[in-house]
Amino acid sequence: MCLAVPAKILSIQDALAKVELSGVTKDVSLMLLPEAKIGDYVLVHAGFAMQIVDEKEAEETYALLDEMNGAPRTVEALS
Amino acid sequence: MTAAEARAHASAADGKLTRKEEREAAQALVAEIQRLAAEIGRPLRYMEVCGTHTVSIFRAGIRQLLPENVALVSGPGCPVCVTADDYMDKAIAYAHRDDVILATFGDMLKVPGSQSSLAEAKAEGADIRIVYSPLDTLAIARENPEKKVIFLAVGFETTAPTAAALVLAAEQAGLQNVYLLSAQKLVPPALRALLTDPEVRVDGFLLPGHVSVVTGLDVFQFVADEFHTPGVVTGFTPVAILRSLVRLLQQTEKGEARIENEYESVVQAAGSPAARRTMAEVYETVDAPWRGIGVIPQSGLHMKEAHVAHDIERLLPMDVPVGDNHPGCRCGEVLRGIVTPRECPLFGKACIPTHAIGPCMVSVEGVCAAWYKYGQGRFEFGK
Amino acid sequence: MTDHLITLAHGAGGKLSAELMKNVIGPAFSNPLLDELHDGAKLQASGRLAFTTDSYVVRPLFFAGGNIGKLAVCGTVNDLAMTGAVPRYLSCGLILEEGFPIDDLKRIVSTMHDMAAEAGIQIVTGDTKVVERGKADGIFINTAGVGELIDGVDISPKNVRPGMKVLLSGYLGDHAAAILAGRHGLELPPDITTDCAPLAGLTQAVLQAAPHTAVLRDPTRGGVAAVLNEIAQASGVGILIDEDAVPVRDAVRGVCDILGFDPLYLANEGKCIAFVPEEETDAALAAMKSDPHGRDAVILGETTDKAPGQVGLRTTIGGIRIVDMPVGNLVPRIC
Repeated sequence: MCLAVPAKILSIQDALAKVELSGVTKDVSLMLLPEAKIGDYVLVHAGFAMQIVDEKEAEETYALLDEMNGAPRTVEALS
Repeated sequence: MTAAEARAHASAADGKLTRKEEREAAQALVAEIQRLAAEIGRPLRYMEVCGTHTVSIFRAGIRQLLPENVALVSGPGCPVCVTADDYMDKAIAYAHRDDVILATFGDMLKVPGSQSSLAEAKAEGADIRIVYSPLDTLAIARENPEKKVIFLAVGFETTAPTAAALVLAAEQAGLQNVYLLSAQKLVPPALRALLTDPEVRVDGFLLPGHVSVVTGLDVFQFVADEFHTPGVVTGFTPVAILRSLVRLLQQTEKGEARIENEYESVVQAAGSPAARRTMAEVYETVDAPWRGIGVIPQSGLHMKEAHVAHDIERLLPMDVPVGDNHPGCRCGEVLRGIVTPRECPLFGKACIPTHAIGPCMVSVEGVCAAWYKYGQGRFEFGK
Repeated sequence: MTDHLITLAHGAGGKLSAELMKNVIGPAFSNPLLDELHDGAKLQASGRLAFTTDSYVVRPLFFAGGNIGKLAVCGTVNDLAMTGAVPRYLSCGLILEEGFPIDDLKRIVSTMHDMAAEAGIQIVTGDTKVVERGKADGIFINTAGVGELIDGVDISPKNVRPGMKVLLSGYLGDHAAAILAGRHGLELPPDITTDCAPLAGLTQAVLQAAPHTAVLRDPTRGGVAAVLNEIAQASGVGILIDEDAVPVRDAVRGVCDILGFDPLYLANEGKCIAFVPEEETDAALAAMKSDPHGRDAVILGETTDKAPGQVGLRTTIGGIRIVDMPVGNLVPRIC
């Protein structure tokens, strides 16, 4: 029971944020993430923003592939 | 591509891999898994604890890509599956009351209790509303002040703060007719129970990414420190799962046991203090029964005295008989990763998703349901 | 004031019924066969006929890009088209709830007229009943359709053989997204509307280009997953589709990600799946793409003698999983 998706905050009113994912918008609660700001990407689960996230699967993946090819581990350096 | 080039690329493409990149990355990761597995030689068992991982693994067809000696076993990460037998019966009994509206995630609708399901109760006239967010319960309660509106609070650390937030929001709004029927559970105590079970043998854990968003990493440290077992916090894309498998095999090869975070884009080491505060405001930990495992100390969440007015079980106790498990059903062993669904005599025969006998078949993220739905055990397409 | 709302008298067969026919329904559907206002329509046809019926219930009645009337014409037209017929005649049964706004009814029958005109089908007979408030959901529509089967065409799952290609006429899930988004508090970008459209032109073009087409189907309720499973089971072949070939718009994928849906299970109202022999694939695909409702057509997969009766999906990363028959309604999930 852990389906969650990243979405971008477009606007905030009180503790409610309008978020956008692929052009689809939805209101989510900021009760569990009061520090979120407009423009942040947040992880959305069951109508709540849970965490500010940094979409970088490509970076993380290439960092590991580089490492497999003999480069030093670089994930931390990238973050 | 070097990491620097990847960074330039990633910023252009919103951080996501294209399909071609995804396929190529997966091929490279699978090759590395094969190389490491061959080097280690012995049979390896890694457990994905989270039901959402189970579904992702099946949906991507990852199992067939792995070498013979690397097995993925599913753990007790489906909340519906590990919830004691009588929970659905209680929910159905509440739903049948004229003064009750039941609000639930869609996932629970078809889960059978011992006699019927919420879907059947709805057909019989019970007022059951499917909600996307626990907070949707507030509007229902506001529009129906004469009804008790009960939210089915099921799930692990990811979901528990959202149900707790519902209680706090209801109190803030002065809505006294909002209630929880709570069966929230915690993941780390279940891992401890598995690790101390002599029948269970795993070489490492794919740790639940979205649970870790809330808990942070420290709660899993004992897995490495006390049980010398590696654990990697894992994202949910196919490539993220393969990456974590590489990390686990790397640790196994070197004989190491660390807790790693391979989902750094989302999971912070400290987790979410705000979510944990919300949980702690509403809930306290108690010993709780897990189907197939037994009572696990301090693994359940119980509403604190201060919020007892929103606990439907204390306000309006509902006694339902606790049924016996079906003879022959091996869910208890499946949930601990001791046997695969195929080793259960009922799987795919008497027990199928539309006529589930054991708990692992009832929920979409149940191990048996995922095996069945995505074709394990009836798979003839070849590689 | 009651002349704005449907009353029980509108369905009682008297003066108000006649006025409703004369002022609202008749003008929208008018054609010589209907205008006779006989107990039934007297039709002209030759050769073999296809005959089908479907009932339409949907909430909301009006949605992005369409309404229940559009569904009621296109759905039955498409059922005829998928049998390999040229749609000719349609019936229209309306069940109205007392209190239903007459202006809404006008909008719905006007849409039905437009769609029937586009599909080249005539609405030749009909019936209207009114039920008490609370006994229906605004409006229910039943349509039945008659079409003339094209000579030499034999559409049947039994004709599906291993080695055939599976074609799909465009993006999946637009209709379901347009309907479901509002129910679950999602707002869609303006370019996502129902794909509801009459497909008789498209199917005729495909059949002309690929006369040995084995099966045509429209993936409505249950989506592509249901259609492919039905055909796999009826024909006894395996079907393997390619995840990378499945066409889904970004916003529809967004809806799926948020609500936990699989696009293969979403309903479509203007898409066609065709099973064609390998050697006619290029011609069939070109024919689809040349039709305005098939511009985004793709080769979705192929049939195989492995895994008889099953549907598999080759995933992006190279695995294969089973695509199961859908069970029950789509509900948002968080698992």
